[in-house]
Amino acid sequence: MSDLAARIAAGWAAPCRPWPRHVLDPAEWRAMAAALAGAPDVDLLAMWADAQLVHALLHDRTGGAMLPVSVPTESGFYPALSLARPPAAWFERMIRDLWGHHAEDGRDGRPWLDHGVWALHAPLSARPVAVAGQPEPPEFFAPDGAGQTQLALGPAGSGLGEPAALRLTLRGERVQRLEARLGYAHKGTLALLRGKSPRAAARFAARLAGDATVAHSIAFARAAEEASGVVCPPRAAALRAAMAELERIACHLSDLAATAEAAGLPAAAASWLREGVARAAQAAFGHRLMMDFVLPGGVASDMLVGGADALAAVTRAVEMALPDIADLFAPTTRLAGCGVLPTAVAQALAVGGVAGRASGVGGGRRRAMADAPHLAEAPAPAAGDAAARTAQRLAEINASLAQLTRLLAALPDGPLSVHLPPVGGEGIGWAEGARGDVWHWLRLEGGQIMAGFARDPGWLLWPALEAAAVGATLADLPLLLASFGATVSGMDL
Amino acid sequence: MLSRLFRPAQAEPAGPIAEHMTRVLAERLAAAAQARLGRSLALRPLAAGGCNGCEVELRLLASAVYDLERFGIRVVASPRHADVLLVTGPVTRTMHEAVLRTWQAMAEPKWVVAVGDCAIDGGVFRGSYAISGGADAALPVDMAIRGCPPTPAQMLEGLRTLLEANAAR
Repeated sequence: MSDLAARIAAGWAAPCRPWPRHVLDPAEWRAMAAALAGAPDVDLLAMWADAQLVHALLHDRTGGAMLPVSVPTESGFYPALSLARPPAAWFERMIRDLWGHHAEDGRDGRPWLDHGVWALHAPLSARPVAVAGQPEPPEFFAPDGAGQTQLALGPAGSGLGEPAALRLTLRGERVQRLEARLGYAHKGTLALLRGKSPRAAARFAARLAGDATVAHSIAFARAAEEASGVVCPPRAAALRAAMAELERIACHLSDLAATAEAAGLPAAAASWLREGVARAAQAAFGHRLMMDFVLPGGVASDMLVGGADALAAVTRAVEMALPDIADLFAPTTRLAGCGVLPTAVAQALAVGGVAGRASGVGGGRRRAMADAPHLAEAPAPAAGDAAARTAQRLAEINASLAQLTRLLAALPDGPLSVHLPPVGGEGIGWAEGARGDVWHWLRLEGGQIMAGFARDPGWLLWPALEAAAVGATLADLPLLLASFGATVSGMDL
Repeated sequence: MLSRLFRPAQAEPAGPIAEHMTRVLAERLAAAAQARLGRSLALRPLAAGGCNGCEVELRLLASAVYDLERFGIRVVASPRHADVLLVTGPVTRTMHEAVLRTWQAMAEPKWVVAVGDCAIDGGVFRGSYAISGGADAALPVDMAIRGCPPTPAQMLEGLRTLLEANAAR
C-alpha cells in the first residue's frame, strides 16, 4: 500500500460497495492533495459531490487499489485538488455549477456547465434557488502573445456534430491553444435520476451518450446492483458483455469512418460495416444502438430469435472487410504526426480508451477492472498520433470480434434478471466503453435514488485533446477531433 | 480492395413512401402558403443538446449507405445555404439562443424538421430545469420524425415525403 493509500485508509470508512469510501476531514484532505502532487502513480479518475460532501475516485496503479475518498464542505468550501492535479479543475468547475460547492484555491473559477440560463441555480444543492438567469457568454483565455489571432467555433457549428464552443488561438495557421467550453448539451440528467427506482431511472442513464449507451447502462446497472447488494445473473452478464463488444465495434467503425472522411480518404466501407452492425444489433437486441436492453438487475429480455445468426454474420463481414479498411489508412502520411499526445501527458491526465492506449497508458486500470482484459495494448510503438489511434481502433475491433464470438459460443443458461430489493446503500459501477472507462456512483434509500453521478470518458479525453492540439495546423482540426472521438453529451450530463 | 473498385456502386434500396402522408403534408404546406423549394433540399443538421444517438443515425443517413444525393438531398455546413433545419435533441436552455440564431441565418423559404422524440417534445428530458422543450419551444416546426432515435430509413422517408409534398403542389 502506498503512502497515499494509507493516508486515505486512515479516514472513516463509509459503507460503499465494492470499495469503502473513506471520509477525510478538510485538513487530511489538504494533506492528501499535497501528497497527490508527488504521487504520479495515482490517477484521479473522477470528482463529484452530493449536498454535503465532495467525492473523488483515485486509482493507485502500483497497488491496483480503487480509492473513493470524500471531504465534507465547510460553509460551501472544500480544499481544491486542482493545484496538485490541474485536470481536476474541470471537475471542480462542474461541482460548483451543479452543487454550489466552491474549490478553495482552485485553479479555474470559471463556470463550466452553467451558462446562466438554467431555471435553477446550483440545481443539485440542498436548496436550489429558482432564477430568471441572464445568459453569461463564455469566457476564454485572451491571446497572450503578439501576432496571435483567435477563432471562435460553435456552439451550433463546432464541427463535432454536437454542441460545444471551441476557441482557437492561432499564430498564422498553427494552433497555440485550443480551449473548449461545454455545457450546451446539459439536460439535467442527474436531477432526473433522483426519487426514482434504478429500474425507472435506467432510461436516463441510457441517454447520457447515445454512442456509449451500453457502457453507461452497464456502469449504472452495476452501481445500482452494488448499492442493493445483488449480483447480476451469469446469462445477463454474458449478454451485457456481448453488447459492450458490439458497441465498441460500432463506435470504432464510426470513428474510423469519420477519421477517413476528415483525412480525405474514402469512408464508404467503414460506414457500410457500421450500418451492418446497427442492423445486427436491431436483430439481436431490438434496437440499433441497443438502448434500454441493459437494466439494473440484469437485462430486459433474452436475445431475440435469430439474433445469434445476425451477430455471427456481421462478425464474419467485419472480419473479412477489416483488412481493406486497414489498407485505406496504410499510407499514413496524412495521419502520422497529427495530434500527438505524448505518453507523459496521457499519463498525467489518466486518459483511458483508445487515446490512452495509443499513447501507451491506461492498460493497468482496465486489467484491474477485469472488464475488457482481452483488448490489446497499442500494437505498434505507441506514437500517440492519429495514425496510432487508428491502428489501435483496428486492433481493438479484431479483439472485440474474437471476444464476441467467444461469448456467444458459451452463453450460460439461467435467469435474465434479479429483483432489486427496496433497500438503502451506496455503490460504484464501471464499464469499459469504446472511448474509455465509464464510472457511475449511486446512493439509494428505500430502493430510490437519492444521489448519483456519471463519469463519462470525455472528462479525461477533452483535456487530452486540448493538449494534443497545440502545434497542429488549423486544417488538421477536423482530423484531430475525429481521431480522438471526443463527444459531448455524456460529459454535459 | 480491387474487387470493391469494380463492383457497381450501390446504396440501400429505397421503398415507396406513404401517399397519405404526402397528401396531408402537401395540404398543410398549401395552407401555410409556403413557397416552393423545388426538387432539391439542402439540409443543415443542428444538434440542440441531444444525447448524440440521433446524430449517430444522421451521420449514417448522410453516408454512402443511404446516398442522399440520388434524391437531390444534400447536407450543407452553413445555415445560410440550407432549406431545411434538421433539429435533433431537446432544445437545452443553453442552446436556445444558438438554435434561434441558426434559424434566423437561413434564407426564406425555410423549413424546420424535428428529428427524434426529444426534438418533438423534449422526450425523456421533459420538465428538466435545463431544457426549453422540443424544437417548437424555439422554432416553428413543419414536420416531425418520431423515434428514439429514428432509424436512417425513417429519416429518409420523412425527408422524401417533404420533397414529394413540396413538388406535388
